[in-house]
Amino acid sequence: MDRWERARVRGRSLLLLLFVILAAGPADVWGGSKDALFHLGRVATPEEIQAWDIDVAPDGEGLPAGRGTVEAGERVYAGHCAGCHGGTGVEGPSPKLVGGQGTLASAHPVKTVGSYWPYATTLFDYIYRAMPFVAPQSLTPDQVYAVTAWILFQNGLLDKDVVLDRETLPKVRMPHRTGFVPDPRPDVNRPGS
Amino acid sequence: MTDKDGKSMPNEREPGVPSRDAPVTTRPKEPPTRRAFLTGATSLFGAAAAHVLLAPFLGHAANGSGDPTRVPGALATEYGRRSPFERAKRLTKPQRSRTPLQDLHGIVTPSALHFERHHNGVPLIDPAKHRLLVHGLVERPLLFTLAELKRFPSISRLVFIECSGNSGKEWKGPKGKTVQEIHGLTSTSEWTGVRLSTVLSEAGLTPGAAWMLAEGSDAAAMTRSLPLNRVLDEALLCYAQNGEPLRPEQGYPLRLLVPGYEGNTCIKWLRRLKLVASPMMTREETSKYTDLMPDGTARQFTFDMEAKSVITAPSGGQRLKKTGYVEIRGLAWSGRGRVEKVEVSVDGGKNWRTARLQAPVLPKCHTRFCLDWWWDGGKAVLQSRCIDETGYRQPARQDLVEVRGTNSYYHYNAIQSWQIDEAGNVRNG
Repeated sequence: MDRWERARVRGRSLLLLLFVILAAGPADVWGGSKDALFHLGRVATPEEIQAWDIDVAPDGEGLPAGRGTVEAGERVYAGHCAGCHGGTGVEGPSPKLVGGQGTLASAHPVKTVGSYWPYATTLFDYIYRAMPFVAPQSLTPDQVYAVTAWILFQNGLLDKDVVLDRETLPKVRMPHRTGFVPDPRPDVNRPGS
Repeated sequence: MTDKDGKSMPNEREPGVPSRDAPVTTRPKEPPTRRAFLTGATSLFGAAAAHVLLAPFLGHAANGSGDPTRVPGALATEYGRRSPFERAKRLTKPQRSRTPLQDLHGIVTPSALHFERHHNGVPLIDPAKHRLLVHGLVERPLLFTLAELKRFPSISRLVFIECSGNSGKEWKGPKGKTVQEIHGLTSTSEWTGVRLSTVLSEAGLTPGAAWMLAEGSDAAAMTRSLPLNRVLDEALLCYAQNGEPLRPEQGYPLRLLVPGYEGNTCIKWLRRLKLVASPMMTREETSKYTDLMPDGTARQFTFDMEAKSVITAPSGGQRLKKTGYVEIRGLAWSGRGRVEKVEVSVDGGKNWRTARLQAPVLPKCHTRFCLDWWWDGGKAVLQSRCIDETGYRQPARQDLVEVRGTNSYYHYNAIQSWQIDEAGNVRNG
């Protein structure tokens, strides 16, 4: 094949490619937006977000207005919680809330709010979203602050006269706060070991 | 089937037309009353209603006592049911149910037998009213209907989901009796949905977004925080399972699926994704789903389900009735990728042989393995161990406990032993 013939072949190939491109038609029959988005969904209003945005972060972000005392919490607990968690929070049958400090490294660890939970804000978040079991999201912020205060008090983590609110709750120091470590796995039969 | 002239014979016989290969005299006569009733019922109520009404009359077909070639069978149905002879069922407690792994074949778990775990019941959700909210550290907070989510480019993938509490009681030694009771919190489905990354791009992530809080609309308002850099590549927002909309107990109408991660992170009845800078430290990622170590520290965000395998047959509670050929069957899987190899021992780990892997072998999906064995009637200890594509080898119980103690409850993936005695009884041990 001389070089003229090679050039002719190459030319034919280019023509063929051009034909294929033209036959496929203009690219914009497939549409598409310039920003590569699908433009599905609509912008949520602040009210719609507020209605569902109930979570509480460890720094207290998201805590609602309101306040509660240990004394008020004792009444909330007796009325809404004691039936499942026991009179003082240790009897169960639902998870124990009180006690267990110093047991985590033993053969029989007792994981409670006082012995295991790293953040007091989690207690508020969980009660507010999921408790009481038979009527979740039925307690007011004041009631949740109060019963949170009572559970912390029972665990020896809050003085009786402290009023819990969005300022004081994140400041409660939990004993197991520094006890959590990142995932080191694979820790057994590591590849190459 | 062909007749003498080589012509094809009809598969279904016309009612009332005598069979060629049976003497006419032995053919049961159709009671006239039944025929009249059939005609009347069909015209009055339609075929489906007639089927219900006639169910007792189709006695031979229904109870299988007769020759099914000599009596018309049941009519077509709108939504199929399994044979009444099949009894495999989930093992239920109020907030969980376990898959009957010993009764299943291949890798797909029938949707009706997929394990379930929920923290305050299965909600009843009208898909027309369901919304997904994406907000927090995004350029545009967006609200999606289910119909809109279904319009996005779709993806289907076979993936296992395993509860990290699966076989958790075995940390304290052999406790459960059957493979269902011990390992039944794992199942595989084909999941269909839209990529999480596609939906998040629509809202536009802002630079500070590093974690995502996912929330369900069940009575537990279940929440988990997930690291974006690890879930963006693979996570899906799923609306279908095994070809049809999700089962209610699997999150109908929308669930998150994070392939290879512990089941609890695959938030069901998904209603909200909030982009945040750091984890929210919800109850389910602090007081639960954390792994207590012997020194009193607890591992947190232990998402990966490490490689595991289990022999499903012969397995606990079963009995080998005869010596001779037994196909050892089981499932293997890894949250870190494909199953590379499964080895099986019949003498408690002294000798190992490589099992056959049935195709397909997919990443982060149950993989079926089989091995031929001739049982001689003596004692045996059956074990299997999985090696995944990262080179990780499923540990012996002793090696696992040595590192993690016995109080971590979650993520137990040690080799399962089934003891077989001379009578053929199979026990956990």
